[in-house]
Amino acid sequence: MARDTLTGSRIRERRLILGIRQAELARKAGISASYLNLIEHNRRRIGGKLLVDLAQVLGVEPSMLTEGAEAALLAALREAAADAGAKVAELDRTDEFAGRFPGWAEVLASNHQRIARLERTVETLSDRLTHDPHLAASLHEVLSTAAAIRSTASILAETGELEPEWRDRFHNNLNEDSRRLAESSRALVNFLDESDSSAERRGMPQEEAEEFLLSNSYHFPELEQGHSDPKALVAAAPELVSDSARLIARGALEQYQKDALQMPLAEVAPIIQSQGVDPSALARRFDVPLPVVLRRLGVLPVDVLGQEAGLVVCDASGSILFRKPVAGFALPRFGASCPLWPIYTALQRPDVPLRRNVVQQGRSALGFECLAVAWNHVPSSFDRDPLYHAVMLILPRREVPPQAQPVGSSCRICPRQTCEARREPSILKEEF
Amino acid sequence: MSRHVVLIEDEPNIAEAIRFLLTRDNWTVDVHGNGSDAAEVIQAASPDLVILDLMLPGKSGLEVIQELRLVKQMQRLPVLMLTARGQLKDREMAEKAGVTRFMTKPFSNSEVLTAVRDLYAQAYQEPQDAAP
Repeated sequence: MARDTLTGSRIRERRLILGIRQAELARKAGISASYLNLIEHNRRRIGGKLLVDLAQVLGVEPSMLTEGAEAALLAALREAAADAGAKVAELDRTDEFAGRFPGWAEVLASNHQRIARLERTVETLSDRLTHDPHLAASLHEVLSTAAAIRSTASILAETGELEPEWRDRFHNNLNEDSRRLAESSRALVNFLDESDSSAERRGMPQEEAEEFLLSNSYHFPELEQGHSDPKALVAAAPELVSDSARLIARGALEQYQKDALQMPLAEVAPIIQSQGVDPSALARRFDVPLPVVLRRLGVLPVDVLGQEAGLVVCDASGSILFRKPVAGFALPRFGASCPLWPIYTALQRPDVPLRRNVVQQGRSALGFECLAVAWNHVPSSFDRDPLYHAVMLILPRREVPPQAQPVGSSCRICPRQTCEARREPSILKEEF
Repeated sequence: MSRHVVLIEDEPNIAEAIRFLLTRDNWTVDVHGNGSDAAEVIQAASPDLVILDLMLPGKSGLEVIQELRLVKQMQRLPVLMLTARGQLKDREMAEKAGVTRFMTKPFSNSEVLTAVRDLYAQAYQEPQDAAP
């Protein structure tokens, strides 16, 4: 059933809101009540002058009746059906369902969206709990201190006759350990705090640096225009607290500056606007290697690139050095990412550009075009082996491209149980 | 007769509490605070029982026990492992490495005392008790 068949339901809904009887509306629109009844039950298509007349009587724009606010609702319902895994028999009657039971449809859609949000939270927390050495050390510190306090307090409370020397010593220990526990607990709570304030989420230097880049939308006009330099930008960033984070951020900005110098924004923007995103053509036009182009494209503002883009840079061990997330393509924060990502294939064939369509597995499978290439990032020498880095530009696609390679984020949170590349069990059950 | 335990624990206040507890229970307690030479310290002391922390500087408790179990005289030595990591996989790894009993922090003093007494009894007294 076509989407526009919902028009009748919207007419009925609007009429009931206004408290107009069906016969009255029909009369004002110059049609019979029975015909309006058929329209309202989506059994007659409606358009042209009659639609305009009905909209006028109902006091709304005709588009509100033809499109309504249900587009997002319908998309969410279809997504929910697709994510259910099993084939939904009435998938072709989604419009009808939303039209006849808008309240229930809204409940279903909002629950589906909530599940998706919770899944993202699980992924993030799981990622952090599994791979974060800082968290493991913090928890160990808290438990060890609690153990010391418990033992000492127990001795003081349960030992009848305690020599003054021992008693004083245990009191001191208790005092020392309770202070230590207070400090380590506070640090742990701060670390785990998942409030929306990004500053409070920082825990590791990489996260700090990423928050800094994100807060600038990965775009630095001062560097583009030569009005500042990485050192000054880092020094002026209050969110960069640790020395390690400042070092990481400065490295990223220095790379940004070099790439921007080779491909100035003022020259790149009109080319993309007229010719679209063609990395090979851009590489020829600016006489730069492909990694420069991919890195540059990955951090261009959306209004210049014409779309969202994600970017990943890794070293030869697969460790992620730079990550700019893009919606739908989950990037684990602490390495151990999916070995099926094209960036890792590129590492196996340095200097060979790869273009791969992928679909990231999850509740809402989304399609992406990934462009990747690996390069020796140190000058070639007879005296040492090359040190490869690889870059992958991630471009979201409206539809999942045909024959797209299924990929995940990391094994732990990937639902593809039978994947040949799996290295550890997933925490996501089939039904999750 | 005093029984002898070697306690390998890098948290001084936990070590002190356990030492106090066991001393009162008629144990001689030697405390050592790092894992790197723990196996040698245990072999040299030749105790009746070992209490071993998992997370130690220098060498983990698992490495220490693996090293210890390679020595013939140390293969039946009762070892109580204390750890803040209480997941099933940690317990399984500890048992596989040769730990006799596994206890997670924070523990109570009575739990430690009971475990130590039980391990000692199982290792040194039960065969005699069972004899006719």
